[in-house]
Amino acid sequence: MRYLMFVAIDPDGDVDETGEGTLDVEDWVAKHDGAGRRLMGDRVRPAADATTVRRRGGKVLVTDGPFAESREWIVGFDVLECADLDEAIAVAAEHPMAAGGRLELRPFHVEDAPA
Amino acid sequence: MSPGRCGASGDADRALADVLADERLKIVASLIRTTGDWDLAEDAVADALERALERWPQDGVPANPAAWLTTTARRRAIDLLRRAGTERRKLEELAALDTEEVAPMPERTAVADDRLRLVFTCCHPALSMEARVALTLKVVAGMSTPAVARAFLVSEATMGQRLLRAKQRIAHTGIPYRVPAGDDLAERLDGVLAVLYLVFTEGWSARSDDALAEEAIRLARLLVTLLPDADEARSLLALMELQHARRDARRVDGELVTLEHQDRTRWDRDAIERAFTRLAARAAERGPYRIQAELAAVHARALDATATDWQAIVELYDELLELHPTPVVALNRAIAIGMFHGPRAGLAALDAVAEDPRLDGLHLVAAARADLLQRAGRPAKAVSQLDQAIALAPTDQERRQLAQRRADLS
Repeated sequence: MRYLMFVAIDPDGDVDETGEGTLDVEDWVAKHDGAGRRLMGDRVRPAADATTVRRRGGKVLVTDGPFAESREWIVGFDVLECADLDEAIAVAAEHPMAAGGRLELRPFHVEDAPA
Repeated sequence: MSPGRCGASGDADRALADVLADERLKIVASLIRTTGDWDLAEDAVADALERALERWPQDGVPANPAAWLTTTARRRAIDLLRRAGTERRKLEELAALDTEEVAPMPERTAVADDRLRLVFTCCHPALSMEARVALTLKVVAGMSTPAVARAFLVSEATMGQRLLRAKQRIAHTGIPYRVPAGDDLAERLDGVLAVLYLVFTEGWSARSDDALAEEAIRLARLLVTLLPDADEARSLLALMELQHARRDARRVDGELVTLEHQDRTRWDRDAIERAFTRLAARAAERGPYRIQAELAAVHARALDATATDWQAIVELYDELLELHPTPVVALNRAIAIGMFHGPRAGLAALDAVAEDPRLDGLHLVAAARADLLQRAGRPAKAVSQLDQAIALAPTDQERRQLAQRRADLS
C-alpha cells in the first residue's frame, strides 16, 4: 500500500521535547529510503505560500492560501510504500515530528478495494 | 441462529448451538483471510448455517457437523466468488482449501490464529471505538445487525452504515489481518480488552442487558483460550464474572441496590469460584484488570458487607492509583480509607481528592461525602450533600436511589 504522510506541527503545541522513540530526520530518511519504504518526500513552504486551485463552470479559480484551516499546519510530506497500515504507523512513529508535531497517513486511492 | 428446530432435546440443542457459534467464528475468520472479503465470508457462513437448519432435521445431524459446515461454507464462498468473476488465483487458493483435510478438525494453530487475527483487526486502534464495538459484536460474536443496533439504541440502518464504513475503512486504509507481534501485542491487547469491557459495562450498568454482558464474557473466555499467557485477559474475564455474579442481587424491583446492601446469598457462587480459580494463577506483571479483579474478589469473599477486608481494598487502590492516577480511582480509595480508618480519615482523604477540577460536577463526590458524614454522626450535613448529589446525578435510577437514602436519613 502507498501512503501520503503529512508532516504537521501540532496546533495545540503539545509536543514531547525528549523525542523519545524517534530518529533524527536524516537517519529516518536513510533508514526508510534504504528499506524501500520511503519513495519521496520534502518540506513545503508554509500555508501563507499556498495556492488553492478550483475549476468551476469551466473557469479556473485561483485563491491564495490553503483550502482548509487544518492544512495550515503542514510543513512537509513523504510518500511511503508499506505492506499495510501497521507498517506505515511504525515508520511514522519513528519520525522526529511524531514527537514534535503530528503525522497524518492518507492511503492512496486504489480502485476496487474490497469492502 | 437457532438450532432449536433440529428436533433434538434442549441440552443437545444448546450443545449444538455452542458448536455452531464456535465453528461459525473459525470459518468466518479463515474465509476472511483467504478471500479478503468480509461480507462474502459472513454470507457464505450464514448460508451454510441456514442449509444445516434445513437439511439436518430431515437427513439427521452429520457425524462431524463442524467439517460439514466448513465444507459447505467454503463451497458457497467459491460459488459467490465465481459469480462475481473473481480472478482464477483466488479461486484456486480456495479450492485447494476445500480439498484440505477438514474431518475431525483438530485445534490447529492456523485456525486459532485466524480467530485472533479477526479479533485484533476488529479492535484496531485506527478504527473508532464505536466501529470496533460494532464489528466485534457482529463479526466475532456473530450477532445480527438488528441485535447490535438494539444493544446500542441506534436504528438498524445506522448500525448497518457503521458496519459498512468500518469494513471499508479496513480495506481502504490497509489495516492488516494479523496478530501484532512483540512489544505491540501487549499494547494492542489492551485495546481489545477495552472493547470487551465496554460491551460488558454497556450491558451491565446502563441497561442491565444480560445478553450483552454474557456475550462479553463469552468473548473474553475465547480470548483467554487463544492467549493463555495473557494475565490481563484472564483477569478481565475474572472481573466480569465477579461483577456478573451479582446480577440477581443488584436490582430489586427494578431499583439498583448498592454493593453494601445487596443480599449476598443471591450472588452466583459458581461464577465466583470460577473467577477465584482464574485469579489463583499469579501474574508476573500486575496490570489494571488484575488489580480491579482482585478488588472485586475481596468483596466476593465477604459474606456480608461488614466482613469486608478494607485494608486489602485500600492497598489495592494504592496500587491501582500508581498505575492509573485518575480522580475516580482516588475517590474510590478515599471511600475505602473511610471504611478502614473511620469516617474522619475518609473525609480528609476525600477533601484532598475533591480539589481535582476533573471531579467538578460529579455526583459521586457528594454521594461519598454524604455517606462519610452520616457515619461520622452528622446527618444534617449528610442530607445537604445528598441534595447536591441528587441535583448532579445523571440518571433517574441514581436520583431515585439517592432520594431513598435521603428519606432514610431525615
